[in-house]
Amino acid sequence: MQFFFEVLIAGLLSGVMYALVALGFVLIFKASGVFNFAQGAMVFLAALTVAGLKDEFGLSLWAAIPVAMVVMIALGFLTERVVLRPLVNQHDITLFMATIGLTFFLEGLAQLVWGSNVRKLELGIEDVPFEAIMESTGMLVSQFDVVAALICGALVAVLALIFNKTKIGRALRAVADDHQAALSVGIPLQHVWGVVWAVAGIVALVAGLLWGARNGVQFALTFVALKALPVLILGGFTSVPGAIVGGLIIGASEKLAEVFIGPYVGGGIEGWFPYVLALVFLLVRPEGLFGEKIIRRI
Amino acid sequence: MIYREAGQFKTSYLEDGQIFPIRQDRIAVALLLLIAFVVIPLAATPYFFSAILIPFLILSLAALGLNILTGYAGQLSLGTAAFMAVGAFASYNFMLRVEGMPVLLAFVLGGICAAAVGIVFGLPSLRIRGFYLAASTLATQFFVVWCLTKVPWFTNYSSSGVITAQQVEILGFTFDTPARKYLLVLSIVCLLALAAKNMVRSTVGRSWMAVRDMDVAAEVIGFRLMRTKLTAFAVSSFYCGVAGALYAYCYLGTVEPEAYNLDLSFRILFMIIIGGVGSILGSFLGAGFIVLLPILLSFIVHATGLPNQVTSNLELMVFGALIIFFLIVEPHGLARLWQIGKEKLRLWPFPH
Repeated sequence: MQFFFEVLIAGLLSGVMYALVALGFVLIFKASGVFNFAQGAMVFLAALTVAGLKDEFGLSLWAAIPVAMVVMIALGFLTERVVLRPLVNQHDITLFMATIGLTFFLEGLAQLVWGSNVRKLELGIEDVPFEAIMESTGMLVSQFDVVAALICGALVAVLALIFNKTKIGRALRAVADDHQAALSVGIPLQHVWGVVWAVAGIVALVAGLLWGARNGVQFALTFVALKALPVLILGGFTSVPGAIVGGLIIGASEKLAEVFIGPYVGGGIEGWFPYVLALVFLLVRPEGLFGEKIIRRI
Repeated sequence: MIYREAGQFKTSYLEDGQIFPIRQDRIAVALLLLIAFVVIPLAATPYFFSAILIPFLILSLAALGLNILTGYAGQLSLGTAAFMAVGAFASYNFMLRVEGMPVLLAFVLGGICAAAVGIVFGLPSLRIRGFYLAASTLATQFFVVWCLTKVPWFTNYSSSGVITAQQVEILGFTFDTPARKYLLVLSIVCLLALAAKNMVRSTVGRSWMAVRDMDVAAEVIGFRLMRTKLTAFAVSSFYCGVAGALYAYCYLGTVEPEAYNLDLSFRILFMIIIGGVGSILGSFLGAGFIVLLPILLSFIVHATGLPNQVTSNLELMVFGALIIFFLIVEPHGLARLWQIGKEKLRLWPFPH
């Protein structure tokens, strides 16, 4: 039983990390209806920029992060200007393909500038179990995972504040609700999209720092995006709480399945189990847990 | 001047329903087939066959399969390579375990197995739509590849999980040189493309398009949604399965399940988007573009003499940028450009 809880907690904490990537997707999908496949590449680029600045230019972590933030914000606005604006009013699938093109571009760019070696990223948080918890219950709970979960929670809180309390946040919500109505009351749509992409870039930076510190900054970071997809379909494409809850469910069930079902079928089921779980779930609720109900009229 | 249908009258329904109603088109297609079947086998080098023509044809076939599903029936799928893998490994096992199995029959049976898998994974499409469906088709992709890797029976207990395709022999004639393989692939692709063209012109194709344009409305006017969507999945997966079998037998020779990874699925999706969604011709144009582009790019980039590390990344960047560029310039794909060109040619030398 204790082992079960240990796996469960580890799963929940890694789920938080998935949720972090899914959050970037949700922000963009909500505001512009674009299914942004490039989120994984953005995570990679952000993490590599921080690690590269640290290694090559000898910047400290706290100097490198703001620089990377500026890079991600610039990238967000640039993407809106160069890729999205000419494609306004095109089919969803066309926009989706454009973001795949963007993925290739960013992957190439990141590695062209910083090289394709694996880099280490130290955040100053050690990946060791909490001693207090270990003594009292005997469970191993990683300190790093808990800090990551706290950071993620703080990020969501800040985003919620910005969305609900500031002028730009209201504009974002208006655009997410109805593009045309937002335009007609004078909200600059393109500016808002630029902001959303920039915010998604910052979320990618946070995700990149945490994932990079955990697994090393390497090309495999781009596959993190694939991990976030079942989280998204489970939670619903348009819901921020959905991304969090979906992340927790996927993280926990994936680890539990791997540990308790995996040995019977040869292991390695982590790769597809989340998708099948999400798929089965969708059969019951086709728009995910918290997604907007899709009403189709003729 | 040359491309004009003036004076070509249709006097029967049969003539009205031809695939190529304009005489010039018929001549062009006949010429193209003549070149493909006679001139190229005489003129091309083995490198040209095995590095460009064979992959081009096989991937066109896979793109055609995906185009039936995505372009005509409107169901976005990211699991194409999985269906190809099913086709390839099913064909291999039929050849291996059934004594005296004709290879063409094995390809067809492989395609049918892929179709069966396609129907199973197509079932969710009855409830799920759009990007939710696309993301859930990734389940197919990961599950099938995992299954083929983990169950040793599929790979005949080979320790590395790699299978070696048997020799392709039809009626005592061995297809062993690149030129012969090319001819085999070309014949199969031509037949299936013709079948696809006729399918999309007939009732079944019309019902796919009705479902694509609006499934609720299609259901209201009496199309059975389940049957229509599942036939689309089955036919599409059959095409992908045959393409996958050809990919193993006529292109790679030795394959592991990982050859049919997500990357391949994406490449095929690129082909139909660049070529034109909902167009048979588009599948071929797109496949040509995606097969040729990396080869051309690597030629150009390598000519600059930069170190290898830089060139491979530069290639990635240019590839991504070109895709975005093409989408911005012509979101409906190369097939649309071709159509515009034809319209212009028809009116030439007048502007309107």
